[in-house]
Amino acid sequence: MTTTLVLGAVAYDAKVVTIWDGFQRWFDAQGLPFDYVLFTNYERQVEQHFAGACHVAWNSPLAWLEAQRVARARGRTAKAVAMRDTDRDLTSVIVVRADGPIRSLDDLRGKRLGVGAGDSPQATLIPLQHLAERGVVPERDLAVQRFDVLVGKHGDHVGGERDAARALMQGSVDAACMIDGNHLQFTREGTLPHGATRVLAQTAPYDHCNFTVLDDAPTALIERFVALLLGMRYDDAAVRPLLDLEGLKAWQPGRTTGYALLERACERTGWLQPFLRRLGAA
Amino acid sequence: MNRTAIDLGGLGLDQGAIVLLRQALAAMAPGDRLAVSGTAPALLVHLRAFARAEGHGFEPGPADSSATLVRGTAASARWQQAERAGSASADGTVAHAPPHWGLAARGAAVEAGSPAFHFDLADRDALWCDDAGELYRRAMAGQWDPAQAIPWDAPRHHPAFVEAALVQVLTYLIENETAALIVPARFAARVHPHFREVMQLLAIQAADEARHIEVFTRRALLAGLPLGLSTCGGQTSLQTLVDEPEFALASFLLSVLGEGSFLHLLGFLHVHAPDRCTAEIMRLAAQDEARHVAFGMAHLTRHAALDPTLHGRLRVAVERRHAALQHTAGLNAEVFDALVLLAARELTPAGIARGHAAVAELQQQMDAGRRARLGKLGFGDDTAALLSSLHTRNFM
Ligand SMILES: [Fe+2]
Ligand SMILES: [Fe+2]
Repeated sequence: MTTTLVLGAVAYDAKVVTIWDGFQRWFDAQGLPFDYVLFTNYERQVEQHFAGACHVAWNSPLAWLEAQRVARARGRTAKAVAMRDTDRDLTSVIVVRADGPIRSLDDLRGKRLGVGAGDSPQATLIPLQHLAERGVVPERDLAVQRFDVLVGKHGDHVGGERDAARALMQGSVDAACMIDGNHLQFTREGTLPHGATRVLAQTAPYDHCNFTVLDDAPTALIERFVALLLGMRYDDAAVRPLLDLEGLKAWQPGRTTGYALLERACERTGWLQPFLRRLGAA
Repeated sequence: MNRTAIDLGGLGLDQGAIVLLRQALAAMAPGDRLAVSGTAPALLVHLRAFARAEGHGFEPGPADSSATLVRGTAASARWQQAERAGSASADGTVAHAPPHWGLAARGAAVEAGSPAFHFDLADRDALWCDDAGELYRRAMAGQWDPAQAIPWDAPRHHPAFVEAALVQVLTYLIENETAALIVPARFAARVHPHFREVMQLLAIQAADEARHIEVFTRRALLAGLPLGLSTCGGQTSLQTLVDEPEFALASFLLSVLGEGSFLHLLGFLHVHAPDRCTAEIMRLAAQDEARHVAFGMAHLTRHAALDPTLHGRLRVAVERRHAALQHTAGLNAEVFDALVLLAARELTPAGIARGHAAVAELQQQMDAGRRARLGKLGFGDDTAALLSSLHTRNFM
């Protein structure tokens, strides 16, 4: 019988080791034997999740959709059991230069749009879907320039968004996509000088990462894992550094109502197909 | 549930409006609502991101340029387990300062989970004296600038052998001052900053010694002679001082016995200085040393009153050091002779007799001074006489 809960996570940054080492110590102290495996990309993580390498996967929204589709194809079920408070109700924005001629989405026709990594939900797939649903179809109506930093990590690394923002200021693109919070961060840090950009469009709210489990996960361990997560309090000095590192104030129960926009983006672009085909799930 | 409103005007969240929001939210209770309005571009985009990142709820509207933040719990949660690091006043110290108070100002609210610093001198009884703050202020007020305070250009008319003797004495003083700098500097880094007045005192004591090194060196070089001799015996004696790891014992050996003896030596050099520059250096250095002695006496007197074992340990420290040094030469002959020559001022039997008598009297004064201070620390006459006699013949 399994007694140690094994988590899968993608190493998008060296701090991922610090984070999960810290969680391992804390879970152990709470009486939950815990271990983790790291993958260099989400596709490997999803594939290995189904191969039994981990019980729970810390999935990007795109990886969640991948897991869900593979599960469906194999007659299995995937479930989102928990997420960060900061994974809920994100929006992305499309920004242009404040002194430029672009005033509406229609003005984007024929222009160059800078996006993040090709597999970034927040900086690429979702904002492009936002445009497509408003009649401005990427690649057809405007040129899309990708700033691919760490492909396979689904845009977890902020570098692609920052590169797109820089390109906007340098004039090599006419508009750039980023999460609302990164627009605030880029203006505060000066990557985007104050007043130099205008928010042209803001997407509908969507959700980000979740802890995904499959139907064969060890129920008692998962229940204990989720109960411990939901019980982590920001006023507890022992867990606060972990929450700060992982970028949240409180864990929330998993919900899957916030992925529709991304799902439509995947359907429109067929983004998931190569991966699903490779896993025999297309 | 309170409802408050804030108008940010044209100020953006990237321009500091976050400070206004945090101030407003800090004054509210979790669940309270803050209506935010403003005209900055991207205001609502940034408000949503800010609220998410800081754990507050976000509701857009009612107007295009307004939103409501619902105060979350995280902002105050960080400080719920915070603890006051004693209180800022002079009598606000605690008996034992815990490692996790670290570098925090005494009296500050320290966030729980702060890293532990390993200051091993964290017990008040082992280092504190009640007038430490006053001693520090006095030391600060007593600082002097060598460029202003010393008459470097004062005339020098003494013979060459007197200058050579002075340079030898100064060479000896410099290495002693170096030991007297290193010892408090090391302990300053080991004292828990909670006892900030003691840390500050040790720091300014080290600064005093730095100045002494400076002026002794500058005076020694004034006539163009090379520096004098440094002996094995002198350095071995100082090494036993520098290597003493226990604060009370090091302070006893350095400040009470060593710097106490130096008070007399500097007084002697002031009187027998061959020029006004040297005389003034010795007078000012002696002023500083008097404070160093006063602090050592003050905290050891308090410590001895609280810890009945201290007298025994101080005694053992002197005996141990004496045993370690008994096969060394003690005060080097060059320094002894130089002191005699300085007081003699002439190379004649009568002059040397005067100088020799003066140095003998100096050593008696040093002994009497040590016995008086040992008496003040609570040692009986016999023990005081014994310990004074066992003190290093190197003076420091
Ligand atoms: Fe000194
Ligand atoms: Fe001193």
